[in-house]
Amino acid sequence: MDITITISSGFFLLIGSFLCVSGGIGLLRFPDFYTRMHAVGVTDTLGAGMILIGLMILSTDFLVFAKLVMVLLLTLLIGPTTSHVLAKAAFHNGLMPKGLNTLEQNNNKETNSSNP
Amino acid sequence: MLIAATLAIFVAMILAIIRGIAGPTLYDRILAVNMFGTKTVLLISLLGFIMGRPEFLDIAIVYALINFISVIGVLRYSDTNQFKHTPTNNESAEKEP
Repeated sequence: MDITITISSGFFLLIGSFLCVSGGIGLLRFPDFYTRMHAVGVTDTLGAGMILIGLMILSTDFLVFAKLVMVLLLTLLIGPTTSHVLAKAAFHNGLMPKGLNTLEQNNNKETNSSNP
Repeated sequence: MLIAATLAIFVAMILAIIRGIAGPTLYDRILAVNMFGTKTVLLISLLGFIMGRPEFLDIAIVYALINFISVIGVLRYSDTNQFKHTPTNNESAEKEP
């Protein structure tokens, strides 16, 4: 029974830490703000959830389990809300996605070349 | 495995700090700081389990709430006129090449 708990919590912690590191690499390597936000969203919800589930399996006290459930619920509520507000503020203040700029430039070039 | 997860979270926090320093726009920096705060919550929980003191989870809950409030506050402040020039300047700088 003890080794089952150890292996299952280690599995969840391994998946969670892999997702955290991949989210960090994505935050560093992606070319655009909105694609970086995708990487951070994956890390905030799934990676944190996996690590907290792994800690929940390890916990022996009921109060610790309840606090971990509370942290997990807060994370699941806060992460998507923050992503939504951030994307909305960035888009309202005129930050365009990277491909959209080139599309607009191409359209402008086409209209400029076709007009005269 | 707890220590391995802690090291992975440290690596993710270092990458988030690099993006927060080098980020071209204001929103990249806010995004990096938000990710840093979430990773801090996980780090405090893991350190509580490693050191055998699960009372650290209260601090983790408070950190999650402070992180949320600070990000919402900075974004509400970014709707004012002083901040609106920053992304348009960078956007025009990116358009030139």
